[in-house]
Amino acid sequence: MEEKKDILILAIESSCDETAAAVVKNGREVLSNVISSQIALHTLYGGVVPEIASRKHIENINGVILQALEDANVTLKDLSAIGVTYGPGLVGALLVGVAEAKAISYAAKLPLVGVHHIEGHIAANYIEDKELTPPFVCLVVSGGHTHLVVVKDYDCYEIIGRTRDDAAGEAFDKVARAIGLGYPGGPKIDKAAREGNPEAIHFPRAKVADAPYDFSFSGVKSAVLNYLNGCKMKGEPIIEADVAASFQRAVCEVLVSHAVQAVKDYHLPKLALAGGVASNSELRRLMKEACEREGIAFYYPSPGLCTDNAAMIGAAAYYEYQKGTRHGLDLNAVPNLKLLER
Amino acid sequence: MKKILALDSSGLVASVAVVEGDAFGSNLLAEYTVNYKKTHSQTLLPMLDEIVRMTELDLQTIDAIAVAAGPGSFTGLRIGSATAKGLGLALSKPLVAISTLDALAYNLYGTDKLICPLMDARRNQVYTGVYEFCGKELKRLIEPTAVDVKEISEKLCEMKRDVIFLGDGVPVYQKWLVEILLAEFSSCGNQYDFAPAHLNKQRAGAVGTLALRYLQEGKTQTAEEHRPDYLRLSQAERERAEKEQSNRV
Repeated sequence: MEEKKDILILAIESSCDETAAAVVKNGREVLSNVISSQIALHTLYGGVVPEIASRKHIENINGVILQALEDANVTLKDLSAIGVTYGPGLVGALLVGVAEAKAISYAAKLPLVGVHHIEGHIAANYIEDKELTPPFVCLVVSGGHTHLVVVKDYDCYEIIGRTRDDAAGEAFDKVARAIGLGYPGGPKIDKAAREGNPEAIHFPRAKVADAPYDFSFSGVKSAVLNYLNGCKMKGEPIIEADVAASFQRAVCEVLVSHAVQAVKDYHLPKLALAGGVASNSELRRLMKEACEREGIAFYYPSPGLCTDNAAMIGAAAYYEYQKGTRHGLDLNAVPNLKLLER
Repeated sequence: MKKILALDSSGLVASVAVVEGDAFGSNLLAEYTVNYKKTHSQTLLPMLDEIVRMTELDLQTIDAIAVAAGPGSFTGLRIGSATAKGLGLALSKPLVAISTLDALAYNLYGTDKLICPLMDARRNQVYTGVYEFCGKELKRLIEPTAVDVKEISEKLCEMKRDVIFLGDGVPVYQKWLVEILLAEFSSCGNQYDFAPAHLNKQRAGAVGTLALRYLQEGKTQTAEEHRPDYLRLSQAERERAEKEQSNRV
């Protein structure tokens, strides 16, 4: 009997402000995971500046890739394929990773597999829990995305809910700025909220008519801004920790109730979290409680696998590779790539 | 004999070439230049692949990868640089960074006139410099810079020499240039000209030929350390610097 060969994939991710490379074995085992974060740089500007992000990517990318190969103790000759995020994201940032990945794949004669960034976030769960298999419901929450996805198979998705306006992480960033906590908003609010009372102020939990799984976060964001203005007008003190905690509770409750409803409606016993906001402690806590109450198996990646990283891209690339997905030398960055269009 | 793979995606043109040479001379093995639509991300590597197949080139036999490193379109420069860096990483070859403006000027090898490459830099500016040939040497009289087209044409008028313009900034600013230059140049008897089609845009052949010299002089970079030379800060950095400046005053 022929011995089954291990599939080693070098994955590259540069869709936003992290330059990342990883080597992943058989889609589940991370041999290396290198991330060069630019957060400190973008903090000066209160958010990610696309041109600065792109410039940093080109400065860092070879070093990050070489480190990933070294940490995994492999050379290009040991690899089966190159995986790369080609959308969605910032076009200039994506292009650096895509051009680099294509050149390496061409010169090293390795197959190229383009990966959807959100597919990567979902696949982070396969790394975290080696036993997790589709189908399951996945709540993808990040600075740019809020999707409720039914993962039918490794390569088959149905988006059943999405945000109508702001992404959850975007609302965190905007509220953090308004309270004066700064960038990045998610971790800042999470931290401030620990000292606050989540029931101090009641912010609205929005529902979208006729779309039980859709989200809307602009209302709660506006409610926070109105509350802050009201306090200033009345000369009342603003307790930042209470505002952060109450806002966070409002957002997380909606995320949890929609996700749990979807699991029930679709008769799937598993629920997974994905994306940067998935590392929010309140969201994890509330989701875990709800899942225990309802008898749902709950999966969530460790914080390092929630934020942008290349290991998750390597996991997603593995399943695409196994399916036979191969991209050509003309692969382009697609900033608004849809999950179902590829 | 050294062999160079050269890339230029700094402007509207995408160009790939393989140049070989030694102390006695240089030879253009292949060049693929397209001045059509700006989708360099989709065209650059397929163009290289075509050259590789046409010339039965084994990429391992090249000695260095040359890239037009700026100035130019920020995104275009990064596509060229990332491609060069990826090739350099996978092939374990050094990179040679060539100024886009130097390479453009080199197209007019041997002229006794001043050479003024103009690249459209938007915001009413051009990336430009002023060059002349001293024998085989290309000499910079005005270093690469991003300026108003009026500023560079005034400086040229002061230099009182015949000049040839080239680059993708020419069609954009030709009307202005002619207006300014007609008035100034006619009074002192100097002439200006615009380079013809086969010489007036980026050519990876020129990048590669210049790179042969750089390689001989040991002016190479590792693929890891290479980065484009944009000549300009990002808009956010510029605005932040201006704000700090005005706060200080």
